[in-house]
Amino acid sequence: MNNIFELLQGRQGDPDYKKKPVIVQGITGKFGSLHTKLMVGYGTNIVAGVTPGKGGQEFEGVPIYNTAKEAVKATGAKISILFVPAKFFLGAAVDALDAGIKLLVAIPEHVPVRDTMTVLELAKKNDAIMIGPNTPGIMIPEVIKIGIMPASSFRAGDVVVLSKSGTLMYEVSHNLTEAGFGQCLTLGIGGDPINGTTLIDAFDMVKDYPDLRGIVVVGEIGGDAEETLAQHVIDSNFEKPIVAYVAGRAAPKEKRMGHAGAIVYGNYGSAESKVSMFNKANIPVAKRPAEVPMLLAGKFEKYKD
Amino acid sequence: MRLLEYQAKQLFEEYGIKIPKGKTSKNIEQGRNVAKELGFPFVIKAQVPVGGRGKAGAIQKCNNADEFELKYSQILDMTVKGEKTRAILLEKMAEYKKELYLSLFLNRGKRCYTIITSSEGGVEIESVKNQIIREIGLGNVEKSVADEVAKAIGLKDNTINEFVDLVQRLSKLTIEKEAELAEINPVAVLNDGSILALDGKIITDDNASFRHPELAKFQERSELEEKAEKSGFTLVELDGNIAVVGNGAGLVMSTLDMLSDNGGKAACFLDVGGGATTESVYEALTLVSKMNKVKGILVNLYGGIVKTTTVASAFIKAYDEKLIDLPVFARLMGAESDKAKEMLRNTKTKLFDSVEAAINAAVIGVRK
Repeated sequence: MNNIFELLQGRQGDPDYKKKPVIVQGITGKFGSLHTKLMVGYGTNIVAGVTPGKGGQEFEGVPIYNTAKEAVKATGAKISILFVPAKFFLGAAVDALDAGIKLLVAIPEHVPVRDTMTVLELAKKNDAIMIGPNTPGIMIPEVIKIGIMPASSFRAGDVVVLSKSGTLMYEVSHNLTEAGFGQCLTLGIGGDPINGTTLIDAFDMVKDYPDLRGIVVVGEIGGDAEETLAQHVIDSNFEKPIVAYVAGRAAPKEKRMGHAGAIVYGNYGSAESKVSMFNKANIPVAKRPAEVPMLLAGKFEKYKD
Repeated sequence: MRLLEYQAKQLFEEYGIKIPKGKTSKNIEQGRNVAKELGFPFVIKAQVPVGGRGKAGAIQKCNNADEFELKYSQILDMTVKGEKTRAILLEKMAEYKKELYLSLFLNRGKRCYTIITSSEGGVEIESVKNQIIREIGLGNVEKSVADEVAKAIGLKDNTINEFVDLVQRLSKLTIEKEAELAEINPVAVLNDGSILALDGKIITDDNASFRHPELAKFQERSELEEKAEKSGFTLVELDGNIAVVGNGAGLVMSTLDMLSDNGGKAACFLDVGGGATTESVYEALTLVSKMNKVKGILVNLYGGIVKTTTVASAFIKAYDEKLIDLPVFARLMGAESDKAKEMLRNTKTKLFDSVEAAINAAVIGVRK
């Protein structure tokens, strides 16, 4: 598997170390154009945009191409962030993967599950990583931001935040930042039923990172990603501190709570099931987002001994 | 979208899956006509989008006209797990020797479809014993797999072919209609070895609905939920009196949890989506103003990129236009919060620095 830190920032000595080129698919849309400006402002090296029919034009000095293939050919980028509407996701994602993109960050919400699964199969075949759909993105604070998160919530540090929810990722990271815990990577896996990168995939991407001090997992009702992650943590004898938060304890059953994936059937997907598995894995679960830094501080204290 | 039993059975029929003879009605006059057409005895089945109807008494046998008058009205007025009866299906009973379980299901953990079958159907899936489970990729069940599964649950003779045929038809339906779940529980094996779908549960992918105009007729939403969708919001109506509004599904769920921990009851879950603008918050307040039970509005916005003054403008507009007269308890995260507080100083909107403080004030505020 590709090393996520290497993909995002390269290796020391690379000519483009911490300046990895990124293309934006859907660069001229309302959302795509706003966030292109914000990402550039953060220091992300946006080298090209894609909007079919607008090839040859420019957006804020960034050249636009008709296809991802042309954009990749011209720039050599391995990372793409995708802002196209859900119904065009399948075509745009296939274009990117066929062009040789190795990290595809899929922002759009409301992508049909069948399209996600089709793209995921292609990504696996191409040894590429898809994050999302319905993700806020991924970032290494103070190095690179590929997503729609507000920069002010994050600081550089040594904690990883993995989250199903976008705004809760900002909220929890903000709380961590305020408490003095910066982050070395924050990743939104997305609120859909099928995720290109699951919690377990994300955990495996970061678990051996030498500077990692601890992990915060922000889960929510629906599916069993939290339960399987907890079991995976037990099985892999991972010892660094992990703290979790799970949203949706008060949600009624069989109702979709905003995210396509946030739905409880019987006990499957319930908050109780997730909390009890986290407890089994010795992962404390915060009752509210503001409690996360306290629990993490407690874990760090013990880990030292 | 979760289809009701009779809607699922309409799709079964379209795909050549055999179902018992029956018809749906929505009031007792219609029901009497259906009863006459079918002839006694038959089963009266409440159409509700939840499981556990049998236990709740929402499915009952009916032998004659006297029983019909009594039971039809009773079941029509029934509420199962908070869901009112939407319609009544009257269905002829079949003599059968065995009940099987069959479903095709999008397995989120394995990120593929799975087929689940068992020779012991007729109970809720959690209690179904001896499950045979196979992974089937994007939902296509090869004939050889269907055949192997049929034998694994102990089917014999002509029932094997009948079952293989059923599985393949259900697989076609699952793929073409983009279902996340297609379940037949029970599948009845009749005395002559043929099979019949006695119940049906289908959940389709809402995100694929733009490709399925033919399913729109099954969509059942409250007027408010429909309005919310048009604005790009998600609204789930709940039983309490505090409307919970926020941006991002996770954040709103989290707010709901904390409200409930502090003794508050939510009237709704309203997610205005990732970003927040003056227009979107104003739209949200419009929706909430139409819910009579609401005594107060709890707002939790993590803007970051959004300026809080942009959101404050929405509240001011809503008060100016007399859209709302309710107290609003708001936590707005983002730039210019001092200015926003100043803007809202003499209104019924109170701004708080933390979610916890806003929740406490809301819980106390609506009791007054």
